[in-house]
Amino acid sequence: MKLDSLIPAPLRKPAKPGEGNGSKNAAPADLKTSPPERPSDTERLTDKAKDAPADVLAWVDQRTAASGFLTGMLYRKVPKGTNWFYTLGSAALFAFIVQAVTGVFLAMFYTPSPTEAYASISHINNDVFLGQFVHGMHKWGSSLMVILIFLHMGRTFFFGAYKYPRELNWVIGVVLLILTMTMAFTGYLLPFDQRSFWASVVGININGTGPVVGPYLSDFLRAGPELGATTLSRFYAIHMLLLPGAIIALIGAHLYLVVKLGTTAPPWVRAEKPKIAAPVSQLDAGAEGNGAPPPR
Amino acid sequence: MKAKDKQAYLEEYEFLKKKGKPFFPYAVMKDSTMALIVVGVIIAMSIILGAEQGPKADPTTTTYVPRPEWYFFFLFELLRVIKPPELVPVATIGIPTICMVLLLLLPFYDRGPERHPGRRPIATTAGCLTIVAMAYLTYLGAIGGSPTEIEMKVPPQYEAGKEVVAGSGCLACHKIGENGGDLGPDLTHIGSQLPRAAIIRSVEIGPAEMPAFRDLPPKKLNQLSDFLASLD
Ligand code: HEC
Ligand code: HEM
Repeated sequence: MKLDSLIPAPLRKPAKPGEGNGSKNAAPADLKTSPPERPSDTERLTDKAKDAPADVLAWVDQRTAASGFLTGMLYRKVPKGTNWFYTLGSAALFAFIVQAVTGVFLAMFYTPSPTEAYASISHINNDVFLGQFVHGMHKWGSSLMVILIFLHMGRTFFFGAYKYPRELNWVIGVVLLILTMTMAFTGYLLPFDQRSFWASVVGININGTGPVVGPYLSDFLRAGPELGATTLSRFYAIHMLLLPGAIIALIGAHLYLVVKLGTTAPPWVRAEKPKIAAPVSQLDAGAEGNGAPPPR
Repeated sequence: MKAKDKQAYLEEYEFLKKKGKPFFPYAVMKDSTMALIVVGVIIAMSIILGAEQGPKADPTTTTYVPRPEWYFFFLFELLRVIKPPELVPVATIGIPTICMVLLLLLPFYDRGPERHPGRRPIATTAGCLTIVAMAYLTYLGAIGGSPTEIEMKVPPQYEAGKEVVAGSGCLACHKIGENGGDLGPDLTHIGSQLPRAAIIRSVEIGPAEMPAFRDLPPKKLNQLSDFLASLD
């Protein structure tokens, strides 16, 4: 019952008459014939225990005022016609979460040095419990994440979702795409087998052929005259710290805008216009949590 | 988009939103189903495809043909499709950079109010063409080799030698058929210009700017020179 207090007043069900702070305190219908029994110690304890989660939440809420935002986010309306194509963004998000979790696991056993990297991957594959399984999830998860991001981008492109007022979210999305591809490129070197070594050599050299910044970029990536120890630790730091941090921050901004602006309706879904077009101001007044910037 | 269009869009959107369902539990249900599918697919791929290691990285080998992860195939392919050396920077960095800038700025030059893909013929056609082009390049990359490949039909007994030449980095300086650079002499018809022994000597000694390939095992050196001597 106390959980109700976390729901903002307009969303809460009105209390029934006779119900005070909670049903357990409500007076029985006939006080004279059945005098209230004092609750036993165990009853009081279980009651307390039952309320504990709500108490903790209320405590946190008093100090953060997060519940208003959270319920607003959870109960916000998604427009009519929202379909399965709209799950691609969160699918990409879940793929990223899988990468993060399996990546932490791999980092516990991986050594970023040219002499030991290969052996540490062999160790993960052959000795660590479920090692090859988690390694495989990380490896194939990256492909899936790239596919999902491209599909999600295709959805927002063909639905015209990048247009007003969601231009900025598209821009953030493109940066996320670039960062994810860079993630894939830097991760590819880490196993330090022939395939990853030579693909990285070629990749870095390709960067080097670019105009103006090309040579500097490839010098920065290689971190020396030849691909070696410093290259590996540089790729490792970029792959493990720099890019995940940037990606998490940008996903945060991306999702903030998604909640704030709302997701588009499919372009073929049209609102049937009411007989007399209502002025916008009236619409706005009725709209809960409408975050769209004011027109003009 | 004009202010009028913006306002019309916001109005329309407000209507559709009012007609919609709350995010929880409806959208959350779909999203969680999708999450289960994503995790399921990743687990299945890991179990079926595994995570085998290749041979250990060896910076001294010259015969390894590098291959990127499949989603970079289209970039690799661009490198192969565009042959003239002065255009290579354009292919490798120029085109991807231009594409990325075009993608990033899309909402700023495509500002029409229309959102229906059927009524945005230019955007929809461009989108479809991009998808087809990337899919085609990825397909080419999947069936073809790496940019250090020699696209030349040779009798089967010379295939091994062709692979050695391709993998040894000779194309960085020599042209063979359609592929390769022009720092060193064109080797397309080297068989008719140099006897086999002289070819071997060049490879072992490395005349002028050419590095000496002394590390090539004798078997590979034999295959290599068989192949080159056959080019006439
Ligand atoms: C760094 C660039 C470079 C690389 C890599 C290179 N070469 Fe050369 N090669 C040259 C140059 C320059 C010459 C011409 C030397 C001269 O004029 O004396 C040459 C000459 C030759 C010749 C003699 C051609 C003639 O007409 O006299 C042969 C044969 C040859 N290279 C084969 C190879 C093979 C096979 C490989 C790969 C294993 C290879 N080269 C790798 C630069 C290179
Ligand atoms: C790590 C990668 C990404 C994640 C986790 C992500 C996540 C999401 C989520 C969860 C949504 C909500 C609606 C939906 O799922 O369709 C969304 C919307 C959106 N995303 Fe992404 N996204 C990513 C990359 C991208 C990319 C690469 C682009 C485009 C270049 C993009 C552009 C957009 C746009 C324009 C919207 C608004 C769509 C609408 O309102 O209908 N996102 N994103």
